[in-house]
Amino acid sequence: MSKQNRRSFLKTVGLGTAAATAATYAPFAIGGSGKRVVVVGGGMGGAVAAKYIRMMDKSIDVTLIEANKDYFTGFTSNLVISGQRSLDSIKFGYDGLRGHGVNVVIDKVTDIDANAKSVKTASGQSFAYDRCIVAPGIDFRYDKIDGFNEGVANSKITHAWKAGSQTTMLRDQVHSMKKGGTVVISAPPNPFRCPPGPYERTSQIASYLKQHNPTAKILVLDDKEKFSKFGLFTGGWKKHYGYGTDNSMIEWVKGSAGGKIESLDVGGMTVSGDVDDYKGDVINIIPAQKAGHIAHVAGLTNASGWCPIEGKTFESTIHKNIHVVGDAAIQSPLPKSGYAANSEGKVCAAAVVALLNGQSAPDPSYVNTCYSVIAPGDGISVAMVYAYKDGKIVKIKGSGGLTPSKTFNVKLREREEHYGYSWFDNITNDTFG
Amino acid sequence: MIRKTIIKSTLLVAGFALGMQAQAAPSAEMLSYTCAGCHGTNGASTGDAIPSLAGLSSTYLVDAMKAYKADERDPTIMNRIAKGYSDEQFELMGGFFADQEVHKNRDQSFDAAKAAAGKKLHKKYCDKCHTEAGTVGDDDAGQLSGNAKLFLQYSLADFHDGSRSQEKKMKKKMKKMLKRDKDAFDLIVNYYVSGKK
Ligand SMILES: Cc1cc2nc3c(=O)[nH]c(=O)nc-3n(C[C@H](O)[C@H](O)[C@H](O)COP(=O)(O)OP(=O)(O)OC[C@H]3O[C@@H](n4cnc5c(N)ncnc54)[C@H](O)[C@@H]3O)c2cc1C
Ligand code: HEC
Ligand code: HEC
Repeated sequence: MSKQNRRSFLKTVGLGTAAATAATYAPFAIGGSGKRVVVVGGGMGGAVAAKYIRMMDKSIDVTLIEANKDYFTGFTSNLVISGQRSLDSIKFGYDGLRGHGVNVVIDKVTDIDANAKSVKTASGQSFAYDRCIVAPGIDFRYDKIDGFNEGVANSKITHAWKAGSQTTMLRDQVHSMKKGGTVVISAPPNPFRCPPGPYERTSQIASYLKQHNPTAKILVLDDKEKFSKFGLFTGGWKKHYGYGTDNSMIEWVKGSAGGKIESLDVGGMTVSGDVDDYKGDVINIIPAQKAGHIAHVAGLTNASGWCPIEGKTFESTIHKNIHVVGDAAIQSPLPKSGYAANSEGKVCAAAVVALLNGQSAPDPSYVNTCYSVIAPGDGISVAMVYAYKDGKIVKIKGSGGLTPSKTFNVKLREREEHYGYSWFDNITNDTFG
Repeated sequence: MIRKTIIKSTLLVAGFALGMQAQAAPSAEMLSYTCAGCHGTNGASTGDAIPSLAGLSSTYLVDAMKAYKADERDPTIMNRIAKGYSDEQFELMGGFFADQEVHKNRDQSFDAAKAAAGKKLHKKYCDKCHTEAGTVGDDDAGQLSGNAKLFLQYSLADFHDGSRSQEKKMKKKMKKMLKRDKDAFDLIVNYYVSGKK
């Protein structure tokens, strides 16, 4: 709790521009009308935006509409697959947000009317807003892989790229796979949610198999030529899983070498590219992605399938008074990650608070970090600090980067693993607590 | 008092000048909110490894950030983060976190007997500079009681092997304490983690 909540709040709202600084210490009217925010989607971006708006300005009426009563974090879900963690440990509810005075509605949003400034839900409710924040995460381009669709994903071939029952389904398939079997993982093209995620998943499955099914193999079929934290992951695989040797548990096939997958034969448990067919005992396909469905319905997406935004406020460049944060937005150079969604949610919250109070949006600051665990005792990370300059989000030169990998520093890797677990505790508490 | 006011108004003028050049100038809150994903909301860490920032003195936080930025401490990630900010921005964040109430993470397990022995050690060797079990920001000496367990362990290990430098006087006390009891670090960490005074 802040010792000087009120002072902090005034500072936050007031520091938009030099001109606004004068208004910082001047009292301003806090009225009830004209300050309604509706947040669509209570994941990493939406929930934190809702909470921080309430932390900054209690006079704003915030309604958060979320389709599910429980949220499962995508991050750390790979540790559920390896059996290191339970599904329960990545489950969060919305009582914390209610405690901040957010009106939480469990319902599915079916339409957003930018002209009427109103949001409609599946149960027939409608909510008027002055500003709307849309954070629906991702949806899949199943059509990019012949034979793959939602029904298949729900019954046999997982994506496990939205956590929950998909996560445990993949876990159970891996844990009950025959001795010496093969897990096939198809990794998606850019841009997609959590760039290091498929390779952390590969590492976590390898970690499980090394212990319980040591003759098993993992075949990673990649759409790309390279991937996030490439040197750190392949170095870790060498160290822990024999990568690069004849006995390697992991084989990675890049796009140009046949890793690009075009079709799935569910009955034959086979995936095919234009060169080769690959048989698996377990197949996990992480499909190409696009912004969550409701963003398309609301007309917030462009030809790329993602939502163009203005980086200072995250306001849509298509529809006024609607902001988009998290994976659904085009936030590059920020990645599509939970930490970035957290950072975007707060920048957006500060902008919305300022704008609703008739001030200009404050200058932003953003951070991203992503921890991955390659094996027990082996954590790695990537980090970056960003600023807003000349109308764009830019990386700050000299900041950020990867865990140093010139030599394998045991102390460093062990600490990063534990700091990663601690990060999980804090980011989830910052979002839902 | 008068001195402070003068410094403040100088800063304000500098701020205006920057503003006129249309240079981005994120506020203390804006900057500090980005740390919360790792350090907890307003710097109150709930994990057992990442330290709390809430209630640290501005002097302490600014010095730590400068040391990270200059690669003078041997951290895992803070050097990479600190390089993204100016010294002025460190000052802003220092002010923000100093304004927060010290947070004690009481969800960590500890051994009561060890904690009791650790308390004695603390009183004898550390209390002078780390008053109230190391929870007073104005000591400019970090947070001990209620801070993350692993961070405390790592810090002691780093002081011990020299990868983090320490004051001569503290080094002396550490040496004496370890001479009296070779398990002193373990005992004293249990005391801090207990969150008790
Ligand atoms: C395996 C895996 C590992 C990952 N690892 C990391 C990591 O280590 N670090 C990291 O930073 N990130 C990681 N991520 C990424 C992170 O989970 C996402 O980037 C983050 O969740 C994005 O937040 P978001 O708010 O955009 O979407 P989400 O968190 O997915 O939230 C979207 C929410 O909107 C709701 N919703 C959607 N449509 C509607 C509707 N019409 N009506 C109502 N509600 C709706 C959904 O139910 C959901 O709760 C990982 C992801 C995966 C899958
Ligand atoms: C990616 C997670 C992460 C982020 C983001 C982060 N920190 Fe840290 N911080 C750490 C870790 C881990 C440590 C322990 C030192 C290390 O290994 O880097 C730490 C240590 C510190 C310390 C030393 C505390 C002490 O008691 O000595 C300070 C001060 C600090 N951080 C300030 C900040 C500030 C200010 C920000 C925001 C600009 C920030 N940190 C952002 C992870 C993070
Ligand atoms: C002479 C004063 C002094 C004494 C005595 C002293 N310390 Fe310190 N301690 C400091 C100062 C100053 C710092 C901050 C150092 C820095 O900025 O890196 C510090 C930092 C620390 C930290 C790191 C805190 C953090 O948040 O990173 C720990 C842990 C610590 N001391 C433990 C101890 C223990 C245990 C003892 C007793 C054996 C002790 N100190 C005795 C002055 C002292």
